Amino acid sequence: MIWMIIIGMAVVTLIPRIIPAFIVDFVDFPNWVNKWLEAIPYAALGALIFPGIITVVPEQPLIGIVAGIVAIMCAWFRLHIMVVVLSAIATVFVLTL
Amino acid sequence: MTQRDHQQKKMQIRDGFIAGSPIVMGYLPIALAYGVLAQQSGMSLMELTGMSLLVFAGAAQFMGANMIAFSASAIEIIVATFVLNFRHFVMSLSFVNQLKRIALPWKFSLTLGLTDETFSVSSIYRKQANQAYGQYFYGTLILVAYLSWVFGSLLGGLLGDVIPPQLSQSMGVALYAMFIGLLIPSVKKQHKIILISVTAMIVNYLLQPMIGEGWGIVAGTLVGGVAGIFVLDEEENT
Repeated sequence: MIWMIIIGMAVVTLIPRIIPAFIVDFVDFPNWVNKWLEAIPYAALGALIFPGIITVVPEQPLIGIVAGIVAIMCAWFRLHIMVVVLSAIATVFVLTL
Repeated sequence: MTQRDHQQKKMQIRDGFIAGSPIVMGYLPIALAYGVLAQQSGMSLMELTGMSLLVFAGAAQFMGANMIAFSASAIEIIVATFVLNFRHFVMSLSFVNQLKRIALPWKFSLTLGLTDETFSVSSIYRKQANQAYGQYFYGTLILVAYLSWVFGSLLGGLLGDVIPPQLSQSMGVALYAMFIGLLIPSVKKQHKIILISVTAMIVNYLLQPMIGEGWGIVAGTLVGGVAGIFVLDEEENT
């Protein structure tokens, strides 16, 4: 039974992932669609960051926000992405002590 | 194969490894937590590792394990997974459009491993799509992420709660921080990009309570992308 669920989950996850590979070779998108597709990563990053980040510590949304600001500052000053990640982790850790 | 080809291939693999390492950092604690949760919901080690091998989608696996725990029906779980993961369709469309010069079999294989994280990182490294053996770059990046996910799940199922809860909660911020670390350099290069991301955030924030997490991200991404049509500079083609 659990294996049926797993296989079903795998199929419905797989299909949306792979279909675009077969579309793009056969259609030539107009310029505005190309621009839209180029903007998708920035839009997706926005939607993935917020409001998700405020749920890191469920009852204390502020902690997520503060960690986010720390990450923004680290990234703004061109610190390596690992440093950005570790600083955010350290921030949450300290604030939940 | 010439010496030069060999060299280039090796370089792409090395760069892919480096580009994928922040994902590993973010995945390991989450995969461990998934392994623990899945085991507590009554899944065997084979089943929970198998789910990571076959599904490779963090949020959906947490949800799946949870639903298995309170014995939801298979159909419910599968439909919920589809809804939650449909966002990958939009991301994949953008991803393969970036990979136009890469052959179809490669494009197909790469999209198999598309997640929020592998997509976000790949989309920041655009120039590799036009380089010789660029597919090895993206392939390595995705494979490293995939292996860390599967390995982490297995470890979580084997060892149980080894990470103190306060630490694992702190590590939960890792992927968000990685997303921020990917976004900020692009914003610095072209300030207007922030308008795209903020539009997506607002749309997601407003709609999520009504339509759920999965569709909220889809709607935010689509609408944010539309903002991009007006905002992005014309010459940005590579």
